[in-house]
Amino acid sequence: MIARIFVRVGVAALALGACVASEALAQQPLKIGFIEPMTGQFASTGKQVAAAVKLYLAEHGDVVAGRKIEVLVRDDANAPETTKRYAQELVANDHVEILAGFGLTPLAFAAAPIATAAKTPMIVMSAGTFVIPQKSPYIIRTAFALPQNTAPIAMWAPKHGIKKVYTMVTDYGPGIDSETTFKNVFKANGGEIVGEVRVPQQNPDYAPFVQRAKDAKPDALFVFCPSGEGAAVMKQFAERGLAKAGIKLIGPGDVTDDDILDSMGDPAIGTITSQHYSADHPSAENKAYVAAFEKANPGMRPNFMSVGGWDGMELVYEVLKKTNGSAEGDKFIAAAKGMSWMSPRGKITVDPKTRDIIQNVYIREVKRVNGHLFNVEFDTIPAVRPDGTTE
Amino acid sequence: MLTVLFDGVAYGALLFLLAIGLSITLGIMNFVNLAHGAFAMLGGYVAVVMLNKWGIPFLYCLPVAFIMPALVGVALERTLYARLYDANPLDQVLFTIGIVFASMAGASYFMGAQHQIIQVPRFLQGQFHVFTGFDVGVYRLFLIGFCGVITLLLHLALMKTRFGSRLRAAVDNGRIARGLGINVNRLFAISFGVGSGLAGLAGALGIEILDVDPVFPIKFLIYFMIVVAVGGTGTVGGPLAAALILGIFDVAGKYYISQVGAFIIYAVMVAMLIWRPYGLFGRKAAR
Repeated sequence: MIARIFVRVGVAALALGACVASEALAQQPLKIGFIEPMTGQFASTGKQVAAAVKLYLAEHGDVVAGRKIEVLVRDDANAPETTKRYAQELVANDHVEILAGFGLTPLAFAAAPIATAAKTPMIVMSAGTFVIPQKSPYIIRTAFALPQNTAPIAMWAPKHGIKKVYTMVTDYGPGIDSETTFKNVFKANGGEIVGEVRVPQQNPDYAPFVQRAKDAKPDALFVFCPSGEGAAVMKQFAERGLAKAGIKLIGPGDVTDDDILDSMGDPAIGTITSQHYSADHPSAENKAYVAAFEKANPGMRPNFMSVGGWDGMELVYEVLKKTNGSAEGDKFIAAAKGMSWMSPRGKITVDPKTRDIIQNVYIREVKRVNGHLFNVEFDTIPAVRPDGTTE
Repeated sequence: MLTVLFDGVAYGALLFLLAIGLSITLGIMNFVNLAHGAFAMLGGYVAVVMLNKWGIPFLYCLPVAFIMPALVGVALERTLYARLYDANPLDQVLFTIGIVFASMAGASYFMGAQHQIIQVPRFLQGQFHVFTGFDVGVYRLFLIGFCGVITLLLHLALMKTRFGSRLRAAVDNGRIARGLGINVNRLFAISFGVGSGLAGLAGALGIEILDVDPVFPIKFLIYFMIVVAVGGTGTVGGPLAAALILGIFDVAGKYYISQVGAFIIYAVMVAMLIWRPYGLFGRKAAR
């Protein structure tokens, strides 16, 4: 559906281009190859990011620095080999000048060698494992890194009466990143890990893992799970009465993903997480963003994945203005380094050293606001680096 | 300890409900029906739509979650499955895996790819404390009770009714049963419908614990297969015992040795198949 709309935008752009052929000759349209999982278990990520990209084009027009922007959407359904094939096709056959998207870590890994070989800028809009930008000198990340989102909660917890923590993470790149960061930072701040478990990615029932955590009697259960899995964790947390036993739920914000938070119901209330974005973020930029997003996508609330897409497009537009419309790999990356702007999530900067993102991370608590559940921010850690340290 | 055992039994009960239909089709009709999970998913989505879109109470959704997949099952059995009864197993596998993919694409198209979340009624939520080390989840207790009733009904239907004895006759020797005037085709259609309906019912009951999303038929296929392989086909007791053993080992494994917990059930399956290659109470295949 979204793909079809993009195609239509593309067709319209082409038709428009034909009308002003004399000018268009000088500047070819600039194609962006956008690859995300649009179907399957992680479709929520692809849909959020695609919606934000589409919204950005609608609000800012599809011409920048004299070049028409065309976004070619491809659905890799969370299969790395498919991501790789699409990246190849897009670069070789469709002559895209920028690759973008990449919903999960393995997908970003699969495409990185192609970005390197073709010297094509590759904008990672969603995947969160720390090492991703090191996989190619042409990667820039506008999403987030798991250590960045995890360290703040690990620092916050020991100062607020949470001394003993049980960790439960999904057993893949970002989960392990998150677990490692949490353990190191939490211990350095005087906390104690009373138990840990890595849940397999294909896991039908969280009950035994959560029960084990409860029996270890921690002050809090630290959870990382991929965007979309949070509801199942929350159910077991509620059914096994961990809240009643005085155990808090903490983690990076993936578990209380805005996309599904409202449907989790009352058990989610009181969960404390740290993350770079909440739809409830009280800034004028964000209010405008949320309103426009919800108007364009009825029934959908923008989540932390969507801002990665929005800011990825902002990056493309700003860089093209600087380079006079050139997306030539080395030029593009050089221009992007150190760039800084106001995002719906607050001020963000492309780290000139790592090509990763430096951004504010917020500590939030799930509360009911006007009848709906939101992550309500109550503390800000400004300018957190991807590895979780601050300046 | 007892909590873990209890959770295991509840999980096993759910697995049993999910897989018993497959045990019927595979065991009684000798049909390799990999699309079994699609019927379970259909039941799950029926409950989701009724509950979340129309606000119908959970318990009223359950009969519909049985009937709808049962009807769809009968329709498919008459139009498509019946043509492949005499085909070789590879054709059956290809055909049913095709149904799996079609059902997954259909589910994403109509319902979206996200996990579906439901709220069960308040009286089925929470956990009550029996004594130290033994907490009972209300919903899981409900599952065990429900499963017990279904098992009893199935057993009685199979062993004490005329329908049951005809069915057993048809399984033992279809040609002679036909010769005696038993309408084997109708028997098979009804059994297929009941099996699909039970899967749908289990799909609806399982949303609270397993979630339902478009990859459901593939995600749980391996579990159905294990239950049927270990339990043997064509009986009620075999799959029940197998499902309970698997449920308990799976939950206990994840609880006690979390790092390798997910592999325990495969180890159990291998061990049991070495010990009893034809299933727990299995006989050598009649055909």
